[in-house]
Amino acid sequence: MLTKRIIPCLDVKDGRVVKGINFLNLRDAGDPAETAAAYDAQGADEVVFLDITASADSRDTQLSWVRNVASTLFIPFTVGGGIRTTDDFKAILREGADKISVNSAALMNPNLISDAAMKFGSQCVVVAIDAKKREGSEGWTVYKNGGRVDMGIDAVEWAVKAEKLGAGEILLTSMDADGTKAGYDLELTKAISSSVNIPVIASGGAGSCKDFYDAIDVGASAVLAASLFHYKELTIKEVKDYLKEKGVSVRL
Amino acid sequence: MIAVVDYDAGNVKSVEKAIEKLGAEHILTSNQEEIKKADAVILPGVGNFGDCVNKLQERGLDTSLKEYAASGRPFLGICVGLQLLFEESEESPGVKGLGILPGKIKRFPGSCDLKVPQIGWNDIVESKGRLLEGIDKGTYFYFVHSFYLECEDPSIVSSRTEYGITYDSSVEKGNIFATQFHPEKSSDAGLKVLANFLKIAGEV
Repeated sequence: MLTKRIIPCLDVKDGRVVKGINFLNLRDAGDPAETAAAYDAQGADEVVFLDITASADSRDTQLSWVRNVASTLFIPFTVGGGIRTTDDFKAILREGADKISVNSAALMNPNLISDAAMKFGSQCVVVAIDAKKREGSEGWTVYKNGGRVDMGIDAVEWAVKAEKLGAGEILLTSMDADGTKAGYDLELTKAISSSVNIPVIASGGAGSCKDFYDAIDVGASAVLAASLFHYKELTIKEVKDYLKEKGVSVRL
Repeated sequence: MIAVVDYDAGNVKSVEKAIEKLGAEHILTSNQEEIKKADAVILPGVGNFGDCVNKLQERGLDTSLKEYAASGRPFLGICVGLQLLFEESEESPGVKGLGILPGKIKRFPGSCDLKVPQIGWNDIVESKGRLLEGIDKGTYFYFVHSFYLECEDPSIVSSRTEYGITYDSSVEKGNIFATQFHPEKSSDAGLKVLANFLKIAGEV
């Protein structure tokens, strides 16, 4: 039976992990490859790297850490942040990444999704959606540029369109829930999961084992968390043990 | 020498890295002569069935691979590399696969409850053969695919996996091996499968 995936997310800046300094027994806690390997050892099903490096000329640095991760990590990993063209896709995939996550670039140019899906296959095209509750009315709108610019596009509609264009997966972040540790936005997760036939990764708001269960219960295929794992408030194993006890299929 | 077939079809880097980790040497090649001479061949691949067939044909590799497979030397197909061994796929009607093994590639039906592609870790409900030696049923592997194998010869199926239906997730006939899952992405269990292949190939 297909298991639900637990995915730690790592923020990378200038080739260094900027969260997650609390791991023990790492020679270099800032090294993406070593940090990811530690998550693999803990039972992570995949790893997502979000490159938050601001400068546009950092591509070489990015390719270099992706290459290092690919030499040591034998579970799938996704790279997001600053990917704008199918050439960017190609360069990163060639270094060994399994999937590429696009956000603002896909909003600005939706054909990027179809072009990339055509060239590299849907399985490697993850469309990341940052969604926020609409004030004063129903539903959620999509933001770009790390949540700074309201695109005025309905989140459910965008997810459906992304699937049509060839996205293989949706990485759904609730801007309302993100950082609150009060749980994933279940309504949003449910609304998107039930509107598309591709897997949805819920992100933003995880604070307890139950939060992971709730997101899965409303339809998420995978659940992502960053700081919760980085600061060892919970381990991946604890989350999986909890889920298993609740009858969710997980890889232990 | 192991030849990893390079035909511009997806993530070969992980396969290369896994072989290196296991201590074997390989070449990455799209050269027909090198494939003819290889002691073992690995055919990776992600993407569209028809595209992959075209890419093999453009490089004249369809014939080389058929000849190689007929030679009895060890061959491992991974993901689309498994699918290509068969006759045809619903993904690309009218396109002929290599037809080295009998069977068809079909599409998962798909729904909100049964997402397509299947992405993630799924277990094998049966396990047999040399490639999966030491791998128990119930072991999890990483899968990413929208199409699945329906093999016509049950005797060559070495594992099966459940996703809405129960389908054939790996095959083994003589020295021809293939997995729908990605051993190079399946952590320790996957590395064990690759190590088994390298052992069969006499490379480690």
